[in-house]
Amino acid sequence: MQALALVHLAVALLAAPLLLSVINKTKAFFGGRQGPPWLQPYRELTKLLHKGVARSRSTSWVFVAGPIVSVAATALALCLVPLGVVPALVAFPGDFVLLAYLLGLARFFTVSAALDTGSAFEGMGASREVQLSALAEPGLLLAFVVLAVATQALSLTGLFARLGTDGGPALVLVFVALLVIFLSENSRIPVDDPNTHLELTMIHEVMILDHSGPDLALIHYAAALKMWLLGTLLIGVPLSPWVSDGFASLLLGVLAMFALAVLVGVIESSTARLRLTRLPQWLLAAFVLTAVALFVVMG
Amino acid sequence: MWTEFALMLLVLANLRLLGGSRLLACISTAAFQGVVLGLLPLTVASWPLDPRIVLLSLLSLLIKGWGLPVLLRKALRETSVNREIQPIVSLNLSLLFGLAVLALSGWLGSRLPLPTSASALGAPVAFFTLFTGLFLVVARRQALTQVLGYLVLENGIFLFGVLFAHSTPWIVEVGVLLDLLVGVFVMGITLFHINRAFDAIDSDRLAQLHDLAVQRPSPTEPTE
Amino acid sequence: MNTLASALALFALGGVLALLTHRSKRWATRFGVGGAVLGSLLGLWLSLPAAINNGVDQLSIQWSLPYGSFSLALDALSAFFLLPIFLLSALGALYGVGYQEHSKRRLGVFWFFYNGLVLSMVLAVTASNAVLFLMAWETMALSSFFLLTFELGDKEDHPAVREAGIVYLIATQLGTACLLLLFLLLGHTSPSLDFDALTASGAAAPAGVLFLLALLGFGTKAGFVPLHVWLPEAHPVAPSHVSALMSGAMIKTGIYALLRIMGVLGQPSAWWGWTLLGIGLASALMGVVFALAQRDLKRLLAYSSVENIGIIGLGLGLGVLGQVHGIATLATLGYAGALLHVLNHSLFKGLLFLSAGAVKHATGSLHLDALGGLMRRMPLTGSLFLFGAVAISGLPPLNGFISEFLLMLAALDGSAADGALLHAIAAIVLAGLGLIGGLALAAFTKAFGIVFLGEARTPQAAQAKECHPLMLASIFTLAAACVGMALFSWALLPGLAPLLDGLTNTSSQEALGEAASSLRIIAGFGAALLLLVGLFALLRRRLLRDREERIVGTWGCGYLAPSARMQYRSSSYADPLTRLFTGLLRKQEHRPAPTGVVPEPQRYERHSSDPARSLIFAPLHRLLLGLAIWLRPFQSGRVQLYVLYIAMTLLALLAFAFWS
Repeated sequence: MQALALVHLAVALLAAPLLLSVINKTKAFFGGRQGPPWLQPYRELTKLLHKGVARSRSTSWVFVAGPIVSVAATALALCLVPLGVVPALVAFPGDFVLLAYLLGLARFFTVSAALDTGSAFEGMGASREVQLSALAEPGLLLAFVVLAVATQALSLTGLFARLGTDGGPALVLVFVALLVIFLSENSRIPVDDPNTHLELTMIHEVMILDHSGPDLALIHYAAALKMWLLGTLLIGVPLSPWVSDGFASLLLGVLAMFALAVLVGVIESSTARLRLTRLPQWLLAAFVLTAVALFVVMG
Repeated sequence: MWTEFALMLLVLANLRLLGGSRLLACISTAAFQGVVLGLLPLTVASWPLDPRIVLLSLLSLLIKGWGLPVLLRKALRETSVNREIQPIVSLNLSLLFGLAVLALSGWLGSRLPLPTSASALGAPVAFFTLFTGLFLVVARRQALTQVLGYLVLENGIFLFGVLFAHSTPWIVEVGVLLDLLVGVFVMGITLFHINRAFDAIDSDRLAQLHDLAVQRPSPTEPTE
Repeated sequence: MNTLASALALFALGGVLALLTHRSKRWATRFGVGGAVLGSLLGLWLSLPAAINNGVDQLSIQWSLPYGSFSLALDALSAFFLLPIFLLSALGALYGVGYQEHSKRRLGVFWFFYNGLVLSMVLAVTASNAVLFLMAWETMALSSFFLLTFELGDKEDHPAVREAGIVYLIATQLGTACLLLLFLLLGHTSPSLDFDALTASGAAAPAGVLFLLALLGFGTKAGFVPLHVWLPEAHPVAPSHVSALMSGAMIKTGIYALLRIMGVLGQPSAWWGWTLLGIGLASALMGVVFALAQRDLKRLLAYSSVENIGIIGLGLGLGVLGQVHGIATLATLGYAGALLHVLNHSLFKGLLFLSAGAVKHATGSLHLDALGGLMRRMPLTGSLFLFGAVAISGLPPLNGFISEFLLMLAALDGSAADGALLHAIAAIVLAGLGLIGGLALAAFTKAFGIVFLGEARTPQAAQAKECHPLMLASIFTLAAACVGMALFSWALLPGLAPLLDGLTNTSSQEALGEAASSLRIIAGFGAALLLLVGLFALLRRRLLRDREERIVGTWGCGYLAPSARMQYRSSSYADPLTRLFTGLLRKQEHRPAPTGVVPEPQRYERHSSDPARSLIFAPLHRLLLGLAIWLRPFQSGRVQLYVLYIAMTLLALLAFAFWS
């Protein structure tokens, strides 16, 4: 099983950018376009890695550290996630707390790097980012509590291994709540629009306006890894009760990841962005859903 | 399993009512809650179905899922009030309040010596529905939301009846249902007439109808 | 025990010599700092091993005070709380050398009170007699009051300093009043007021009442909501090393004393646990929300102390609940998390206050919106502050995460035992700490980002210089301690077993072992993270070796004349979040409506006021003032009348005594 975990990690590290092309292809399909080629994200990464860097004279070493820390923290967090019943590389009681807080560390440095430029736009993005993540955090942790209470396990691996079908209604709620958090944390519609071209409306994209070259490549890569990471948590909920074989879980899990990407594409093509002032309520809704799930599980 | 699912939907509908910002959506949610409540007796009952339970189910589906919402929508349309909910307690706070009450109901449900019911969640959800109704009556400004609150309140009572069906005579349920229909009907008509007389149906303004208001200047000030 | 006595003697000697030599600034500083540092080092050498071995070491000296005896006892609990006291005293003193290098005040007086504060804190933590404890407690309050107001009249914020001093004095006296009552009730039938002799069964009031009195009295010192009002007033005006000592060590004596009294009271009830949990959560949430809304760096840090005391209180609540429900893991890890957070908080809060002082030293201001861009002017201070900010936000790989993780693990472990109540605890603790962590991240990215990053907002900030090497050394030591705690907590945790056994009355070995193995993996992750970051940094350097790194202006989205004024400021950064807590923050806006065809220039102001102060303390104050005015005729100013009062009181007491 440990070998499968390694395979999962390798697949995640390699295939994460592909999620973006699936989303883009789906959106192109709905828009009646052909869309960029499948390997476009990889091409962009290599292009950026081969470029020089332009750095603002307002910045300090924190600006450079931002992308590095965020990619390191996200990659480490990937060692903690199982894919369905494929175990995580490392599992211990309470590991999901470490997972959530590693993402927090990545955020701390991304936000600091944004503030380091002294730009009003990037300050604005940073301010919105900390608001949304502070509101998403309780929902995420509460979702783990629900799963932990439902399965009587304290590590992510044990939790997904023991997830049964009898959790029924509560698991649906947890799935929906995690989907909301997934969309918010990965800056997708309806929370944030990755394709917007107006700085005033951006959240994640506006924070990285001043990054260039390899720094920008690291940021894009970290974002892709983060999407994979939160995606595995999301698809583990419907996947693990039905698939008990490790190899099948790995295969189906990777397929499900891309299905999730298609779902994101569909959501992005069919819904509009929420008004910024409505976002707290949207995240509160995710929290409420997990709370109801806890109520159902405890009942 | 299905009972649990239905109860969960009821909880979600309550929370939607607490957090929703549009009257029309809230009416639809109440209607949805009515439909779920109508179907609930069927999930609880054992096969073969008792014809009286089927009748109860059909009747409540008809009244709560169709009759009352139609009436309320008509009232909304004809009184042309502001279609946004006007909360006294903000929507976000209402939601958090809802969660607190949900926890409280869970605790109450586990404490009360109730006759065995179809689901462990039954009593807490019934309590929660009841409290949601009360909260809507207290914490919303428009008269229409208050009607909605009474409706939800009654849903909670109905839920108690369904879950403890073997200890409540079904005819009482039907009686309550008819009472409710009449009540909402009367309120709808009253609202309509008040609206015609005063051009507004904020319950704040209804407060001006009390005895002291007679000495005050005319209550028919223009609406904004 | 002799070591402790020698340490105490060194503090006393240093303080008195400093006072005697106050005419010579150099000698006063030498004596004061020497006493504090040497005494602390001696104390550390003593208390470190004692914190791990639970042997009780006692010292008793005959004393002619009724009910009092000069008896000190050093057990694991005392020794544990001595650690931050000694550490911060020594580092604070060293820091003070640099900080007050150019001070024109009489440093002899300062160092006298500094050593007095340290001495009284040590006494308060080791006293095993109630009278001695109260005396130490009062000395602590008084010496910290004089330290706090040391810079009175130094500059334009004279009234602020005076008000802060008065608020602090009143708050701490109110707390002491509760404590007097507590010990009077507790010692009602007991022959002596030694802690060993006191029991809840011999008290004149139910244990619950005593617990509440202790919570009120010690909670005032610790800074639980709503008793925290003095913290945000006192810290901004105090010299920074005093703030560090007060926030890092002194408020923890409140936690220590609460634990000590709970030990005396015996088996707790469930509602104690719920009360502590609730107060802890409320303090943490309110503290962090207010921290987020502040515009003064040290006020922000003060409110964050309220937050962290709340987290500690939450841990104590978990411990009590575990004890009541008989769940060893919940009790052990709850207390362990609280205790570790006591230590961790003193490390990173000390670090943050000291670096805030360095900022003040360099720029003359602590107003967030007057700073900015200091990272390039003071790279060492800035980098060390960053360590503190990451640690206090509870993020891995630093030590703040360790204690928060233990608390969450406690709650989760508790929920593994069946019971809806325990599931509810897990949900409350995880969701609560998650929200608090997220808000703390916002508050500290704000503190760090606005002060150290971006462009300088004032000429003073643009001219800032790196501070005195001794100041830097103290800050660096604390940062190193933060990293060390994070990487080696798994090795330290089992050492707490004797202390936790005493607190929980169960064996904590097993729970601690499990937690330690988790912490070990976390430490591994921390090390891996540092390694990976280093690796990526090297890789980046390799990649960019023969490419150009252009230094350009910040991209202004097409705007060509950006200025430092256009940056996001502290209140705009926090606005999306503080907007959600408008009700709690009691924001008041002053926005005069423009009038006339050509309106005059307008001012826009926004204040937030602390509800604890305006809703609880202000009405109480008005009430007391009303009473005082009513009593005023008795104070006529005539000596004869006063003597008459005394005589009448004496007569009345004599009559009362002989009546019965």
